[in-house]
Amino acid sequence: MITQGQFSFLPPLTDAQIAAQVEYALGKGWAVSLEHTDDPHPRNTYWEMHGMPMFDLRDAAGILAEINECRRTFPEHYVRVIAFDSTRGWETPRMAFIVNRPKNEPRLRLERQEAAGRTLRYTVRT
Amino acid sequence: MDRYKSGVIPYKKMGYWQPDYAPKDTDVIALFRLTPQEGVDAEEAAAAVAGESSTATWTVVWTDRLTACELYRAKAYRVDPVPNTGPGTPTEQQYFAYIAYDLDLFEPGSIANLTASIIGNVFGFKAIKALRLEDMRLPVAYLKTFQGPATGIVVERERLDKFGRPLLGATTKPKLGLSARNYGRVVYEALKGGLDFVKDDENINSQPFMHWRDRFLYCMEAVNRASAATGEVKGHYLNVTAATMEDMYERAEFAKELGSVIVMIDLVIGYTAIQSMAKWARRNDVILHLHRAGNSTYARQKNHGMSFRVICKWMRMAGVDHLHAGTVVGKLEGDPHMIKGYYDTLRERHTPMSLENGLFFDQDWASLNRVMPVASGGIHAGQMHQLIHYLGEDVVLQFGGGTIGHPMGIQAGAQANRVALEAMILARNEGRDLWNEGPQILAAAARGCAPLRAALDTWKDVTFNYQSTDTADFVPTATASA
Repeated sequence: MITQGQFSFLPPLTDAQIAAQVEYALGKGWAVSLEHTDDPHPRNTYWEMHGMPMFDLRDAAGILAEINECRRTFPEHYVRVIAFDSTRGWETPRMAFIVNRPKNEPRLRLERQEAAGRTLRYTVRT
Repeated sequence: MDRYKSGVIPYKKMGYWQPDYAPKDTDVIALFRLTPQEGVDAEEAAAAVAGESSTATWTVVWTDRLTACELYRAKAYRVDPVPNTGPGTPTEQQYFAYIAYDLDLFEPGSIANLTASIIGNVFGFKAIKALRLEDMRLPVAYLKTFQGPATGIVVERERLDKFGRPLLGATTKPKLGLSARNYGRVVYEALKGGLDFVKDDENINSQPFMHWRDRFLYCMEAVNRASAATGEVKGHYLNVTAATMEDMYERAEFAKELGSVIVMIDLVIGYTAIQSMAKWARRNDVILHLHRAGNSTYARQKNHGMSFRVICKWMRMAGVDHLHAGTVVGKLEGDPHMIKGYYDTLRERHTPMSLENGLFFDQDWASLNRVMPVASGGIHAGQMHQLIHYLGEDVVLQFGGGTIGHPMGIQAGAQANRVALEAMILARNEGRDLWNEGPQILAAAARGCAPLRAALDTWKDVTFNYQSTDTADFVPTATASA
């Protein structure tokens, strides 16, 4: 199981729990956005954007509706919620958590290439 | 002019005591706690410290007159008695002495040069019984000559793809004696179980039981296996501390070649070596972890040495990304107010004067990156609410014994810590009162997680309640101006 994000070690969040986290982000003035992918490689930074960050949507119920719409559209993708902080000196995500996973999660494979001495070159493949 | 007549005159009379001096925005200011010898006047002692840490010697020299000596002389401009010292208290009379230094006294971008002046000669001065460097105000113009943290909190989190929660780590134990193959086993188990980082300890370098190349190879096998198993970026702080710069560069290059996201050094390698490694880390996209090995030899006692908050300032300038800065609740020294002062110094863009937290000056950090503090030493999952309360979320929480000593094994120990952490962050964001509800939040999370339940049972009564030696001199209501 892929354990990226803030809450992967907890049971799947309920809608009410997701809404509470969104509420927290909005309270901090952060912009919430949704992203999805079928490639959970640890270095896959750019998941597909599900629309623009919701800079002007300041209502957790509205954002939850967007999340559910995204999950319905991509039931077999990973979907993550991101909260972005544009404050000077941060300008970076401050939250990221997974809200949807494929039923059968892919296994990542580790490939080793033997190099000089006993050195190995590692590649993680999805 | 009498001032330049050959012979010995008090430092006060040589121009090093200037009570009317208003520090310039570009001055470096140092605040010393001084204990004068019997019969030595506090202002004279302060002037002597100013003199010896800038231009003076013990006697008048005519060659002063070949320079703009008034500018280059450091100026002691304020001396305050330290609260709760002197007659009627168990402590002899101490004073806070404020000393201002012109910017041109310092070479740009060199901690070695700064420290050679500020802590160079003065601590052995006969006229003072004890001396402690409490704090410094570093002007923006000077900070801009330093690289600062190679990576910083923001970019570190982006590289690791980990946001919104403290990072979790552990130090491999036993810290000495494991073979490389067994050592890597501990690393793998802890990372696969849920930690983000595992760490070499400060005294693991290249010993007969485990030479450094072996350790690096096995640790990176463990890191990559764990990354594939979890889909997360994982790391192990490979300690590259060695006898020479050449050796350290060789080890750091090998770590980079193997794909390590992070390397580690010890404070004992010295300021210049730290700055060299910070530049190496920036050039090579590697995070730089600093273990504060040795600091308590001079930072712990209140009357002599230097405060750890000054080390925090110098290390942010020198350019490390991680620095051990205390846990409050663990086994090592740490008063909550003092620790807040250290954490703020490492993490904030601007730190306002806060006497109760030991910060004597407003400090603008001039956009130097933020340093990630590391909390390590005698902490466990049952304290998660207290740790988040005191330390916030931009911190690495290191549970060494609390992971490896878990009764169900290392993976279970790591999982317990991660579940406790995520449950606590979820609850905090939901607006719950961690300080009071923390134990219930943990108990609820443990109902679905046997490893967490076992961790809470094993360590439930472990606390380290000893009196701190390094505490604030001012109660929270006190005010004063610099």
